[in-house]
This record gives sequence, structure tokens and C-alpha cells, in this order.
Amino acid sequence: MRRIRFWGTRGSLPVALDAAALRRKMAVLLRAASGRTFASDDDIARFLDEAGFDTAGTFGGNSSCVEIETGGPGHVLCDLGSGLRPFGQAMLARHGPASPQTYHVFVSHVHWDHIMGLPFFTPAYLPGNRLFVYGCHAELEEALRRQMDPPSFPVRFDHLRADIRFVTLSPGVPREVAGMTVTAKLQRHSGDSYGYRFEAGGRTIVYSTDSEHALADPAETQAVADFFRDADVVIFDAMYSLADAISVKADWGHSSNVVGVELCQMAGVRHLCLYHHEPAFDDAAIARVLAEARRLEEITRAGAPLRVSSAYDGMVIDL
Amino acid sequence: MAAVQFASRQFADVVVASPTGRIDHGAAQSLEQSLMPLLDAAVPGQGGVLLDFSGVEYISSVGLRVLMIAGKRMHARGAALAIATLQPVVAEIFAISRFNGLFRVYPDVREALAAMSPAALAAFDRG
Repeated sequence: MRRIRFWGTRGSLPVALDAAALRRKMAVLLRAASGRTFASDDDIARFLDEAGFDTAGTFGGNSSCVEIETGGPGHVLCDLGSGLRPFGQAMLARHGPASPQTYHVFVSHVHWDHIMGLPFFTPAYLPGNRLFVYGCHAELEEALRRQMDPPSFPVRFDHLRADIRFVTLSPGVPREVAGMTVTAKLQRHSGDSYGYRFEAGGRTIVYSTDSEHALADPAETQAVADFFRDADVVIFDAMYSLADAISVKADWGHSSNVVGVELCQMAGVRHLCLYHHEPAFDDAAIARVLAEARRLEEITRAGAPLRVSSAYDGMVIDL
Repeated sequence: MAAVQFASRQFADVVVASPTGRIDHGAAQSLEQSLMPLLDAAVPGQGGVLLDFSGVEYISSVGLRVLMIAGKRMHARGAALAIATLQPVVAEIFAISRFNGLFRVYPDVREALAAMSPAALAAFDRG
């Protein structure tokens, strides 16, 4: 496994930066640039880097879709959220419509934000392409077909011309896919969700979204820590504050930056990547969650440091 | 199960509970077991329970969950629960977890007692 590329990092539903928010960012940048001159594009790039990602950039708004670049043939994805559309566009731009590709997608669960991208995934409409959809839900195929039935969508699932195969996985049973060993784990979420552990070439990536953690159950905590054990990267649902996650939003099926740091420290993880951002959060709020997670890691660190980042649409993590 | 050192003192109608040490995943259950009887004994509408956290070095999410349960229990009974004297690291954890907005947190025991009960403050000042 070579790298992780994020195509959609938002939870619940896609969001977009609106004109007013963009204007506010530009005003901050213009104030900061007051009196400065820029001799080159590099100067401008340095200034934007100094301005902070939440001001000069954006975490984006597509819903869950993460690519794992294996270095081998075939493309591996986690979830089919709206981020699948730009991924598909990138694949067409890179390979063209006449070069058949194979896609392996691991679906955490069939809530709409995790499957809504499929009708807009152009490669699925092209004969010659192969799409393997892996998941533990018995209703996986039904859910994908149903969202393309009238009146919900004007194009039915059967119009997808790629060779689409559904593969049912069993939690805890490793499976060899695209040169990786993949193991699913049941997670707490309405209708169940599944995390995936990907292992290849001495590297491990864990994709664990839409998962609420039962803090009062030591055995369950240990099981999650074991699932995360020694991972290079854990992609983790940190949608709510801890206070919200265990009070007003208890049983909503999500977690927090606090629990993410604790579990990853417990498991000896190298890099925690916060994910599935609350759609009501603007870039400043997501940046604050990240800063606080980093601070928590710093003040509670007992061994090796845990790198903490926050996923954004377009982010790349090299392994 | 790791145990949290736990002491309590009575000042008129307020019980000051003083856990000591690290309230991590292993010790949280010990805290809950020590704390709940004090909460159940609190008289609604009078004084309450004050958690003196001057001796708490760290609290985990599981420990914070115990506080959440304690707060809900006291609220349901119409009794007061407050926290005093957070160490800097614990204060940061409260802020990061957004728990600082869920409880009345005071800089020290005396200020907390002053807010909770004149009788308790008088008892505290008498030593």
C-alpha cells in the first residue's frame, strides 16, 4: 500500500462552501497580506501556508469516499459517498473510457451518505470495467439498486454497464483482495456498520467510520484497540464532541476526537486521521477539533507520539 | 480493577468528595462505586455534592462518562453537583471534551461552597 487519498470526508450529507464563507476567508487573507508584496508564486504559496488551512483552504464537503492506492492493478475504495464522483472523473481523465479498470469498494454501511455517489460514478456505466462491491450487509445490493429506482433517480441500476459483483464478507474473517488482507469488524451504528483493516507489505490501514464506542464496556474497548493494533493510519469518525457523543447524541452512532486519541494511544497507532466531519461545522470548527485532538495527544502522551491529522477532500497520506 | 483513592468530608449540607490519582479506563468504575452512594444520599434542594478535583491528575473519557452519569442523576433528583479545583491538564481535558459547559466548575473548594451553601461555607471557614 502506497498512499491514501481522500475524495469525500464529510458525514451525513455533502455540504459546500458558500459565497459568504468564501468572501470571509478572502477578507482575512487580504487583511493579512496588507502591505506585503509577492515576487513569485512561491511567495504566494508560502503566505497561504502561513495563513492556515482553515483560512486558505477548505476541508471540503463531499461525503465518505477514501481511496487506498495499493501500487498494484486495480483501485481500492472505502465507501461510495458523493466523493466517488470526482474519483470517477479522475479515473476517466487518467485512463480514458476505453481502458478497462477494476474497482474494489468496501462499504461500511448503506446509509445514504455512504452510497449516494454510485449513480454518478461514470466508470460504472462503461462496459469493460469491473466493480467489486464488498460488504457485510445482506441488503447491500438491494440498497444500491433501490436508490436508483424511480422516483428517486432517473437511471436504473441495470443501466450500469460495468461488470458489477457483490461479495459478502464475514466480520473477523480475513479475505485477500487486490494484494491486501482485509478484515471487517462490526461497529455500533444504527443498522450496523463495519470497519475494515487493510494489511499489505508490512503496512496497516484501518477505516473505522460511523462507529460509536461503548465507553463502559472494557471488553469492547479492548476489541477495538486490537482491531486498530499497530496500524500506520486509522481513519476515525470524530464527528461530535465527547460531551455530545455521550449525552444528547448518544446512540447516534458516532464518536469524538477524544475517544479517537485514547483508542489509538491504547493500540499503538502511528497516525490518527479524523474523519466524517459534522456537516454543520465550518472549516474553523474542524480545525479547532483537530487542534484540540493534537493538544490532548500531547498532554496525555505516555509513549511514542501519535500523529493526528484531519482529513479533507483531496488530502493525500503517503505511507 | 484499578482503584481511585477517595475521601469525603461533610460541611453542613454539602459533601465534598475528593478522588485522588488518575481516573483512567481502569479506575473509572472505582470512582463510580465510591461516588454514587454520596449522590443517592444528597437531599434535593439542599447543598449537594462538590467534587474536589485538586488531587486528580488525569481523567479519561470513561471517567468523564461517570461524571456525566452523576450529573444526570443529581439533576433528576433536584440536587446540586459541582466541581472545584481542576488541575491544568484536567481543565484542558474538560475544555477539549466540552465538559466545561456541562458542570459548574469553581477554582477552589471555598468558592464552590460559597456558591452552593452559606451553611457549608461557614462550616468550612470554622475549620
